[in-house]
Amino acid sequence: MTDTSTQAAAPESLLASPDMPTQRQINAEIADIHADHTSREARGETPAPVTLYDFAPYRSSVLRHPTKNPRLVDPETIELWSPAFGQRDVAAIETDLTLQHTGEPLGERITVSGRVLDSWGRPLANQLVEIWQANSAGRYIHQRDQHPAPLDPNFTGAGRTITNDNGEYFFTTIKPGPYPWKNHINAWRPAHIHFSLFGTGFTQRIITQMYFPGDPLFALDPIYNTIRDQKARDRLIGVYDHDLTVPEFSMGYTWDIVVDGPSATWFEPEGEH
Amino acid sequence: MSTETRLEPTPGQTIGPFFAFGLNYPKMHEVAFPHSPGAIVVGGTVYDGSGAPIPDAIVEIWGADSDGTVSRERGARRRDDHTFTGFGRAATTDDGHYEFWTRNPGPIDGKAPFFAVVVFARGLPNKLHTRIYLPEDADALAADPLLSDLSPAERATLVATRTPDGGLRHDIRLQGEKETVFLAF
Repeated sequence: MTDTSTQAAAPESLLASPDMPTQRQINAEIADIHADHTSREARGETPAPVTLYDFAPYRSSVLRHPTKNPRLVDPETIELWSPAFGQRDVAAIETDLTLQHTGEPLGERITVSGRVLDSWGRPLANQLVEIWQANSAGRYIHQRDQHPAPLDPNFTGAGRTITNDNGEYFFTTIKPGPYPWKNHINAWRPAHIHFSLFGTGFTQRIITQMYFPGDPLFALDPIYNTIRDQKARDRLIGVYDHDLTVPEFSMGYTWDIVVDGPSATWFEPEGEH
Repeated sequence: MSTETRLEPTPGQTIGPFFAFGLNYPKMHEVAFPHSPGAIVVGGTVYDGSGAPIPDAIVEIWGADSDGTVSRERGARRRDDHTFTGFGRAATTDDGHYEFWTRNPGPIDGKAPFFAVVVFARGLPNKLHTRIYLPEDADALAADPLLSDLSPAERATLVATRTPDGGLRHDIRLQGEKETVFLAF
């Protein structure tokens, strides 16, 4: 980088990569990095994190990832807990992203549901789940998203809920469209919904993305491929679930989320209504 | 860690560029009501590897109350202006600045008090964990298992600076010289 300015660039310019590579170049870089990690693992080296921080095909990560290994520590005191959330933190209507405006949003209505589990498979109740996404045309409501797809006056694309006693969440929304970005020439993100969860200890905090089965853009996407292992990448893909499909209304997708580690406080009654 | 029935965790992903409409909520950085007794400002700047401030990051803090108790109160996602939930979220400004109103966490079990911190940003493929320690209790800081294992330069990236008005100043550097020490558990 030759720019040594310490001023923050305008957000629009931050979205453009200075040296626009082709999709073919990006694909080759992704393949090289994945192969390198596979062979390192085969040699018995300490495995890198499942989501790679140092992943140059995702161009805006180049100056934003740590170069030193993280310090391995035992979680202590406050880190063994997570903030407590409950029904008072959300409104029931926030689980239905199609009801936030006067009219019906355009697009394919979907139901997305799943369980939040700890690594022992135990359901986590009273978990705050926050989601956000593009509309059916692949446009975000964010003012910095200026690509020429239409906004939908009847769709914002943000929702939240609290998991029930079985650790389940339910959202009704619209299937997001693929989204163009300026990482490289003709770069498109596979359709995805952003998910944010806390777990039962702060070490379990997670923000991730849920994808839809069969997306042709998976192999081309640097962000999806920051996850170095195919099995781990597969865990981000929702499963079409005909039992969740509502007749004459919505297509159903199931997606379970497993937080990292056993639950510290497995059963936590809500204690308020 | 038993592997017998262990499920593999869901991998994390970047927060992306357009998270504000999904994550922002009113008073999200007001862990304690501003100017209430004991309330202080905790803030700083998030920098990238070239020393440029990062205008599209999220910093979250989670800390004990000033008496060392861990709040089990709900309502961090919908503030009532008096309940201390211990959790706050701040989006960085165009200058890369984040800021919270909160209280000094008290020691838990006699240990050096700190805020647990998690950082997200566009361009950061996954979350980063770190800590912000209070600078005052030299003995507790010296006895801290993490800090005592670090070089003085590394240690400095985890200990906040007390400001004249009683607040805390703490910059976070994702990369480069003076890179913040990040944690794996």
